[in-house]
Amino acid sequence: MNFPILSSLILLPTIGAFFLLFTRSKKEENITIKYVALFTSLVNFFLSVYLWILFDSSTSEFQFVENRTWIKGLINYKVGVDGISILFIILTTFITPLCIISVNSSIKKRLSEFLIAVLIMESFMIGVFCSLDLVVFYLFFEAGLIPMFLIIGIWGGSRRVYSAFKFFLYTLLGSVLMLVAIISIYWISGTTDVTQLYEIGIDKKYQNLLWLAFFSSFAVKTPMWPVHTWLPDAHVEAPTAGSVLLAAILLKMAGYGFIRFSLGLFPIASESFTPLIYTLSVIAIIFTSLIALMQEDMKKLIAYSSVAHMGFVTLGVFTIQQQGIEGSIIQMISHGLVSAALFLSVGVLYDRMHSRLITTYGGIVTIVPKYSVLLMVFVLASLGLPGTSGFVGEFLILMGVFKDNFLVAVIASIGVILGAAYILWMYKRVVFGKLVNSDLKELIDLNKSEIFILSSLAVPILFFGFYPEPLINTIEVSISDLIEMYNLNLLYK
Amino acid sequence: MFNLELVFPEIFLSLSIMFLLILGVFKNNSSKLVFNITIIVLIITAVITFNETLGIEKNLLFNNSIIIDYLSSFMKIITLLAAFLVLIISSSYLKTFKIFKIEYPILILSSVLGMMIMISSNDLIVFYVGLELQSLALYVLATFNRDQLKSSEAGLKYFVLSALSSGLLLYGCSLIYGFTGSTNFEIISYQLGANEYALTFGIVFILVGLAFKISAVPFHMWAPDVYEGSPTTVTLFFAIVPKIAALTVFIRFLYVPFLNLIDQWQMIIIFLSIASMLFGAIAAIGQTNLKRLIAYSSIGHVGYALAGVATGSNDGIQSSIIYITIYIVMNLGFFSCLLMLKRNKEYYEDIDDLSGLSKNHPLLSLSLLVILFSLAGIPPLAGFFAKFYIFKSVLEQSMYFLAIVGLLSTVVAAFYYLRIIKIIYFDKEKEKYDTDHSLWLKFSLCFSTFLIAIYFIFPSELIELISKINLI
Repeated sequence: MNFPILSSLILLPTIGAFFLLFTRSKKEENITIKYVALFTSLVNFFLSVYLWILFDSSTSEFQFVENRTWIKGLINYKVGVDGISILFIILTTFITPLCIISVNSSIKKRLSEFLIAVLIMESFMIGVFCSLDLVVFYLFFEAGLIPMFLIIGIWGGSRRVYSAFKFFLYTLLGSVLMLVAIISIYWISGTTDVTQLYEIGIDKKYQNLLWLAFFSSFAVKTPMWPVHTWLPDAHVEAPTAGSVLLAAILLKMAGYGFIRFSLGLFPIASESFTPLIYTLSVIAIIFTSLIALMQEDMKKLIAYSSVAHMGFVTLGVFTIQQQGIEGSIIQMISHGLVSAALFLSVGVLYDRMHSRLITTYGGIVTIVPKYSVLLMVFVLASLGLPGTSGFVGEFLILMGVFKDNFLVAVIASIGVILGAAYILWMYKRVVFGKLVNSDLKELIDLNKSEIFILSSLAVPILFFGFYPEPLINTIEVSISDLIEMYNLNLLYK
Repeated sequence: MFNLELVFPEIFLSLSIMFLLILGVFKNNSSKLVFNITIIVLIITAVITFNETLGIEKNLLFNNSIIIDYLSSFMKIITLLAAFLVLIISSSYLKTFKIFKIEYPILILSSVLGMMIMISSNDLIVFYVGLELQSLALYVLATFNRDQLKSSEAGLKYFVLSALSSGLLLYGCSLIYGFTGSTNFEIISYQLGANEYALTFGIVFILVGLAFKISAVPFHMWAPDVYEGSPTTVTLFFAIVPKIAALTVFIRFLYVPFLNLIDQWQMIIIFLSIASMLFGAIAAIGQTNLKRLIAYSSIGHVGYALAGVATGSNDGIQSSIIYITIYIVMNLGFFSCLLMLKRNKEYYEDIDDLSGLSKNHPLLSLSLLVILFSLAGIPPLAGFFAKFYIFKSVLEQSMYFLAIVGLLSTVVAAFYYLRIIKIIYFDKEKEKYDTDHSLWLKFSLCFSTFLIAIYFIFPSELIELISKINLI
């Protein structure tokens, strides 16, 4: 296989963005721009599906590896996928076209610049998931800040400047320590190539500090309690498409980083810091669920629920059980779909009523029945009802945690109940009840493109809820080999 | 054996200066002619330097007081190219202020000559002569717009403080001469022996003088005022060209005669570096004038370049030189943007004047965006790689404190770069600026933005050029 499929996946959106830069369409007639962007992202999506078809799930080796000299004698540009990363790539390429379709109603100004930012963002995110060199990973990881900063800052709500700055500086602060760690790894082990580092391993006396440096970056990005405060701000102010990208994909970079780097490179440190992760995750689950209960703003509520769901993910990752890690990945994919859908649903209401407050709504079920049905699906998926993808992830995670630590599992299960409480309560207050606000009578039900977007999210949510086999098959071998390697490393310490 | 061809660039440059001076005096209205000849002279000198000296082994001339090696040739070419780029974008600015005179290009040439002598110096006296030649030209350049109060103030301030620092530097030279009996770098390095502590005094005084020239904290006080007061094109010259020469001397002075005293000077450089990085980052936050802001930002950048010098390794030197090279390109781009903020024969230089620039001038704003993110050190732009090499060499020596402080100050510094981006992209727009810029200005903006943006595709090329620099 000589065709550099991964590099094409990374480069294609950027090329599309480059075209957009020079596409000048007439005023107010942005059709061409949108079609160019949509076409690019769709080609990318089909390319990634093709990648999944070619992907051999019976091995944990990295596939489609490309290795080129980049900085001579120092760093190689190395990309490749295994079972862990391929799903995230498909998630990215799946969500991006939906974002681009959704900009119709929400982005009023400077559409071409917005699409350029989204496409470049897609490039960087795919780069994060398939880079097999720490420096290349860092490069993509950090570069994503630029387009996201602009998306929040230019197209955001009223407090957008504050949120954009907070987002940028928080994540940058977390990441610079990771850069120190990456360069230190280069001097300690002589390479930054992930596959080689898996073989060599890293001297155990450095592992704790390095683990903490990586943790500082991933914890901010996940986000874990107590450094989660940038997320609600960023979500609330970002435009709908921005929130979707942020929730569906950006947050997954950290979860992916935990599995690929924290577990893979620093097994000894991971073992000793597991209690820390458990504590922080459990606090995140309970604490942010309680906060979510009290939110007036729907976007903020979903943002806090994201923190809680990501708490489950970190919990599952550090169980170091087959079920736990599988659950985490499925939970991340599912959360990517569900939170994207929820943000889009809130966006639908916001475009019509220009309010995200729960109190504005109530009793809209008779006015917008299609909307209410689809929202119901997403709400139920968010709380983890059996038959939706949310259930599979949470169930597997809790199974893994029960094997490992009974107390933590019990507390986390309380979080599941709280999760059901805040999201159902929100649904009840928005959709059911008496129609108090008379403006709501003017509310128009979903138009065709909105139905298309939301149902194309609902289909995989339900499909993988009933039949998660394709997901599990893809990741199974990679994870069991990862755990095997982890345990071997622990034995030899 | 004299090997005069090795100093041919300097000889050619001095002869050209004299010729241009005579031409300017005897021919009326010759400023345009002189200006154009100067540009050609700079290019020719760069070509001569490239042909005659770049490939050769280390050579000592004039009783070992001049050194020609790869480091000196490389830095000379960079200096000449930087001066060339400064000159080609200055003409429209100078014409607007009616200071398009023959003295401007000639002064720039003389200061470049001074820098070339500094870069090649292997002797304290030669070094001092070169330093003074470039400083004297710079004093006049700072006051070049003499009808403006601020410009005169800038020149005077620079003159007084610079004279003081030269005095300290000379005192250091005399101390070193007193303890070693020579002013030659090579001989000094043999004579270190017993005089370690006494020599440290001499090193400290010379470092103070040099730190002043590259505006490292705590000897940076002049920079913001001079940067703000001088004409913008002169500020650009100040911001990039003298730094190249001063950094070369810094490196040569510390690594040739005094490498064995590294324990003595390393702490000083680390202090200068940390103080500059932190101060540059924090003090820039409150600025409202773009030129003042870039002054503080250049203080911060000097701090990073010094971090590479502090390592005491070849990697460190190379990373410093890579840093300063990339820094030149970024500053060139930034100032090109600054020179484009012109409306009705008036130049604007406040941060608020950038407000909403992106709506009326999307391409200019995009370039500024790239340049500012690169200055902040965000990947995948060139500024990130500059910092990456620095921290790589710093961590090689296990100087974790320096690396962590440096990286944390990039986060602080990111704040004020982001603030400019915020003003450009998020704020309300103002009136349009003129768009009839000279071709050269557009060229230099495109050139620098392009280099910054695509550097990550070919990162090896610059490293390969610089990897031949070998002092230890």
